Amino acid sequence: MDKFNMHQLVLSFLLAVTPLLVNAEEAPSTGPDPILEKRVLAIAAELRCLVCQNQTIADSDAALAVDLRQQVRKKLAQGMSDRDVTDFMVERYGDFVLYRPPVKSTTWLLWFGPFLLLAGGLIALGLKLKRRAHTEPTAALSETEKRRVATLLGTITESKEKT
Amino acid sequence: MKRFLWPLVIFAALVVFLAIGLRLDPKQIPSPLIGKQVPAFQLTQLHVPGKKISSADMAGQVWLLNIWASWCVSCREEHPNLMELFKLNAAPIVGLNYKDGRQDGIAWLRQFGNPYSVSAFDNNGRVGIDFGVYGVPETFVIDKLGVIRYKHIGPLTPEVVNGKLLPLIKELNRG
Repeated sequence: MDKFNMHQLVLSFLLAVTPLLVNAEEAPSTGPDPILEKRVLAIAAELRCLVCQNQTIADSDAALAVDLRQQVRKKLAQGMSDRDVTDFMVERYGDFVLYRPPVKSTTWLLWFGPFLLLAGGLIALGLKLKRRAHTEPTAALSETEKRRVATLLGTITESKEKT
Repeated sequence: MKRFLWPLVIFAALVVFLAIGLRLDPKQIPSPLIGKQVPAFQLTQLHVPGKKISSADMAGQVWLLNIWASWCVSCREEHPNLMELFKLNAAPIVGLNYKDGRQDGIAWLRQFGNPYSVSAFDNNGRVGIDFGVYGVPETFVIDKLGVIRYKHIGPLTPEVVNGKLLPLIKELNRG
């Protein structure tokens, strides 16, 4: 193996192992108190980041998410309960900030709609099956038809034997 | 014939739902603050760091709160409309300079014009959170009793100013 190839080999090896050495940066945890941090993360995982709507504020690194995490941490440190903190967010951002929307009259369709659809589907299926059970079974083959089937099958097997 | 009718009906219904869905803007989230008292705040003024501006200072009059920042591109887009509104002198516009640098904010107003009777300097965005701000610019209309009556998310357009803000301000001033 000449020198040039050796270089290539080393280089590709280095490139291959690089991903193993580099880890994605974790969200910075600024609090020294691990129990508090755990609560902050648990609440943050339930709150929607309104800038990037399909992420929680625990996942997002948007400026607003960082601010809101900071707010959650501060409120908890002040002695607020988890419930108080989520209420604080709902007061400002509305129910939309919750990843788990509350069950109330405006969200009934959201919560129970899928079950309604399921029930509708089951009823439709039941009706269909019932109707099918009532329909007459198809009549058996007549003598002429049976003979025709026999001849057709016979020709097939015969032609197969020939080839 | 009937066999083909049902899938067609279902398809048509689906199209209608999707068409409605396309017209809805997921960024327009109804604010829970409408009909509630304006969150109390006290901040330093953007131009005069030694002076304060608070929500209580605005009590007794119809006023607008516009959240803006020099780093916000849509604010630049909105700005001419805000200047027009300012010239009409319909209601005082208070600016909330959101997560901005003091010098950056002042320079921005010097460059584009200042429609605000006063701007509050919300450097860390803490007051912004109380107002449920998530996208700058946002505009609130607050009545004489300090109740939030309307919120607009995103840049103000002439349609919003003429169709919503001005009639509302007029109505609130009469009441």
